[in-house]
Amino acid sequence: MVSVRRIASDFRVFSRGYLRNKFGLFFGLVFPVMLILIFGAIFSGASSETINVYVQNQDTGPFSTPQMDVATQFLNSLNSSGTVLLVTVNASENFSNYLADHSASDGIVIPKGFSASYLAGQEVNVTVYGNPTASTSGIVSGTVYGVITYFNLKYYNPNASPIIGMTPATVNTEQTKYVDFLIPGLIGFSILVSPMFSLVNISSEYKKTKLFKQLSLTPLTKMEWLASKVIWYITLTVSSFLLMAVVGIFVFDAHITLTIWLIPFLILGPMLFSSLGMLVGTVTKNPETAGIIGNIVTFPMMFLAGTFFPISSMPQYLQSIAQVLPLYYIIEGLNNIMVYGNYNGALVDLAVVTIITVIIFLAAIRVFKWRED
Amino acid sequence: MNPIEVSFLKKYYGDIKAIDGITFSVNPGEVFALLGPNGAGKTTAIEIMEGLRKRDEGDVKVLGLDPWKEGHKLHKKIGVIPQDFTFFEKATPREAIIYYSDLFGVKTNLDQLLKEVLLEDSAKVLFENLSGGQKQKTGLALALVNSPELLFLDEPTTGLDPNARRAIWDVIRGLKAKGKTIILTTHYLDEAQQLSDRVAIMDHGQIVAIGTADEIIEQHGSGERLEIQGSRELANYMIANTELVVDYHKGVISIPLKQKIDALAALAAAEQSKLDWGEIHTRRDSLDDVFVKLVSGMVNEHGEIIIENKSNSSNN
Repeated sequence: MVSVRRIASDFRVFSRGYLRNKFGLFFGLVFPVMLILIFGAIFSGASSETINVYVQNQDTGPFSTPQMDVATQFLNSLNSSGTVLLVTVNASENFSNYLADHSASDGIVIPKGFSASYLAGQEVNVTVYGNPTASTSGIVSGTVYGVITYFNLKYYNPNASPIIGMTPATVNTEQTKYVDFLIPGLIGFSILVSPMFSLVNISSEYKKTKLFKQLSLTPLTKMEWLASKVIWYITLTVSSFLLMAVVGIFVFDAHITLTIWLIPFLILGPMLFSSLGMLVGTVTKNPETAGIIGNIVTFPMMFLAGTFFPISSMPQYLQSIAQVLPLYYIIEGLNNIMVYGNYNGALVDLAVVTIITVIIFLAAIRVFKWRED
Repeated sequence: MNPIEVSFLKKYYGDIKAIDGITFSVNPGEVFALLGPNGAGKTTAIEIMEGLRKRDEGDVKVLGLDPWKEGHKLHKKIGVIPQDFTFFEKATPREAIIYYSDLFGVKTNLDQLLKEVLLEDSAKVLFENLSGGQKQKTGLALALVNSPELLFLDEPTTGLDPNARRAIWDVIRGLKAKGKTIILTTHYLDEAQQLSDRVAIMDHGQIVAIGTADEIIEQHGSGERLEIQGSRELANYMIANTELVVDYHKGVISIPLKQKIDALAALAAAEQSKLDWGEIHTRRDSLDDVFVKLVSGMVNEHGEIIIENKSNSSNN
């Protein structure tokens, strides 16, 4: 019979010990948040799809009415495209030197008399600087070409409302930022790392120091022992999840959905990796071997299961490897719920995770021995 | 029925006979010591009795139960300190006792138990910061949580300083006074002599002697002998001039006394030799002497058994 009283008392002793150990607490709670801050900061600067474009507007007027300042209207249109971020360069600078000094390759120069020529219907050229080998220059010239076309069409019917307007359309998937998917990834990371390393370590150490033997002399069963560890790591995972979500939303403005659908993943994940850790710690002969095997099992998941980089950005053969890793389904499930709102997909992930968890949990209980023959 | 009945117990690890057919029983209220050098099979034997290891052959009954098959039942009735007892590093003795009480589902008088094992002063110190003796006392306290009638102590004082050892002895004597049956393993001769009613000396998986210390000395020791401090010359003189058996080793002449009157003959010879001689006394084999004879080892100055070559431990 499983006794709640025994699980509770083992939980109390274990959690208190955990909280007294600053090291464990650091890796359980602080470290994942630090990772979010570090990776979020690295990738939010040079982030996402907007490209810095340097602009020198030599057509500074004076203009009798604001409507006459076509150059400014042109730049506003460019800005509102959303794909480029304009950085103004003073008209007195030598533009190509300026680009070189700032290690930049994308730039636009509006020549003097641009507005007047446009309004008079005279041909005028906008110069677009770009490095053909850089992926950004195609986007920049494409964007500029789009705005030019718009202005050309507008010229033929200047008084009517624009024939072709530009409305920035938002599609959910296109707006995903790095940090949005980084949060589910790092939640997956903390679901994996804390319970896994801890249980590998504990179960091999307890075996070596004979603490398991000692516990076997009490009425505590191994199922109860593992249950109390699982409950603790669920608690820790939920706390760390909340911390990461708060940091992601408030610091990096992440667009993530928080629903009760996440709960099964936050429960099954720690259960899966606590059991796996115990299994590794139990089948190995000593703590040293357990550590090595633990790393062999953990490290591929840590990097290939979509923790730091999206799976889709990896080559096909790595994607195939990723799909045999249990963590892959947890992170994919979290992404499906938090980022894409794809609940059918999440349900499939949940089913896979449930099956793996049940198998590993039962295997850990079965293989694990309090006593020796 | 006796709390422990062991007959023809055998345990093999591959080709090694860890326990090679031992038979003994422990009486109620008795302190029984398994004494032997490291590797003699003491821990294997005690772990089989505790239900931590499976036996290969023979019969073991502890409190009338089969320890391996009925371990769950047995563990509620016995108290155990395993060898090298250790506990969760970040828990205090107090918390450890509360934890065990919860696991066993018993009410424990915390202060009384702490007092019983002389641990009141360090009840709130984390286990990792306790001294070796305090850790061992924590183990004793945990072994007592379920008020067991039978206690197993596997090398309870190994690695402790003399004061800590004596403190543990005091606790064990207190438990004996309360009528608990105690079985302990040790490789300290003085510990076995100080604490136990009966001793079983183990070597290479076998019991080579069993009984009270006096019984063992009686059975396996030599009789009384006369020892005289003197030179090898004197020893040779006595060999030449008496019919006595004379041994000489490092300045001590040793003469087994078949009858008391032999002592007179020896002293007369010494006097006649005109050689110098010093202190004289008679002695019997101590448990140490018997031990050295029985076990392929010897005893160092701390009373700890160390294994050495047979030729080194020989007296001649």
